[in-house]
Amino acid sequence: MIDKRFDSARSAVADIFDGATVMIGGFGEAGSPIELIHALIDQGAKGLTVVSNNSGTGLVGLAALLRAERVSKIVCSFPKTAGSTVFPDLYRAGKIELELVPQGTLAERIRAGGAGIVAFYTPTAVGTPLAQGKESRVFGEREHVLEHGIRADFTLIKGRTADTHGNILYHRTARNFAPMMATAATVTIVQAAEVVEAGALDPEIIVTPGIFVDRVVHVPSPALESALNEAGASYP
Amino acid sequence: MTSATTTGWTRDQIAQRVAHDIPNGSYVNLGIGIPELVAHHVPAGRTFIYHTENGLLGMGPSPAAGQGDPELINAGKRRVTMMPGAAFFDQATSFAMIRGGHLDLSVLGALQVAANGDLANWSTGADDAIPAVGGAMDLVAGVKRVFVMTTHMTKEGEPKLVQYCTYPLTGRAVVTRIYSDLAVIDVTARGFALVELAPGINFDFVQERTGAPIIQSHALEARR
Repeated sequence: MIDKRFDSARSAVADIFDGATVMIGGFGEAGSPIELIHALIDQGAKGLTVVSNNSGTGLVGLAALLRAERVSKIVCSFPKTAGSTVFPDLYRAGKIELELVPQGTLAERIRAGGAGIVAFYTPTAVGTPLAQGKESRVFGEREHVLEHGIRADFTLIKGRTADTHGNILYHRTARNFAPMMATAATVTIVQAAEVVEAGALDPEIIVTPGIFVDRVVHVPSPALESALNEAGASYP
Repeated sequence: MTSATTTGWTRDQIAQRVAHDIPNGSYVNLGIGIPELVAHHVPAGRTFIYHTENGLLGMGPSPAAGQGDPELINAGKRRVTMMPGAAFFDQATSFAMIRGGHLDLSVLGALQVAANGDLANWSTGADDAIPAVGGAMDLVAGVKRVFVMTTHMTKEGEPKLVQYCTYPLTGRAVVTRIYSDLAVIDVTARGFALVELAPGINFDFVQERTGAPIIQSHALEARR
């Protein structure tokens, strides 16, 4: 019998090692796996490379992981959301490396990494500073830049419903990067507000098939970054 | 050169002028900020379907204050609603819509637009700036038509329509048309070309506030 459930966020992230590359889902707070991130802070792994669209807000979730100085590099498209102070302070102090990637290129690099495509050409960013130093090639009279797929050691994502085989459904715009990130890591860990037995979900509507998911953690009432920030929370 | 003008279009009037040029049924991505006003000025009898690159097609207006779902947001991370027929999708699919040429129109703000259509709208390149680009480079690389909505000049009175951009580019030769508080201007193979002047504004007034020559004779052709 296959059962990918772990009994806690803590046990699910226990083997994340120093220097690991970790993809973290979310666009702003939508889809941010905040309980898994907090468990990772407790766990203590450091020198991490994080791949995530944003850099967190306030002093909780991804921002708290950065503030604890566990992240040496972030691969990101938009690290300066309103309410984001931790990343700007670290960046200006030279304490974190930033690889800035256009959002669509970031999504496609993750998709490619998970799909066994080592690199691809895209017209995005041609002629801009983000194409500097990259190979380029003309196809159909148009210049394209070579971008490489990304793979990670671990992916942390948030679903609405998961089953015991790791099939996942998402909630509205919280889906964002999670389906690609699930495919691109050696170990994919999902926190889901609802966990059901295999067979309970209609196979026609599954968004992420369970083959891409290794660990399922039931987090019945996930915290929201905005609510924690309004309450003045900080983690730990 | 004066730093402020007391005539010309308001922000809402610019938005109205942009909306006037969007055909019924268009799939449109509105950038964060001033382009969002376009949604308030859809002409009677037309429906536009709004795409937000974080993963929603069929985006509706903002919910009442304090209402809405924190996981139903737009690219500016503000809460929105969804229209009948809406669809959610992941980021790879969302940017397939953008990069694959499936969207009809992208409306963006600008720091600078050059006479060849180069756009700079993501960074001033200042040393202490935190670089952040989001989906802007993908939008200009992939969407069929790119409209820029902007004030004609900066707050400091510098032209935003220039011969060459001095800020880091978002994309090369990507802008189709510019809507400012003073005029509607096309980007053509021969440079900037006037489409329409705002009420009370004459051509010389616009040309004096523009950092590159504007072809005046284009206006009649463009409206034909």
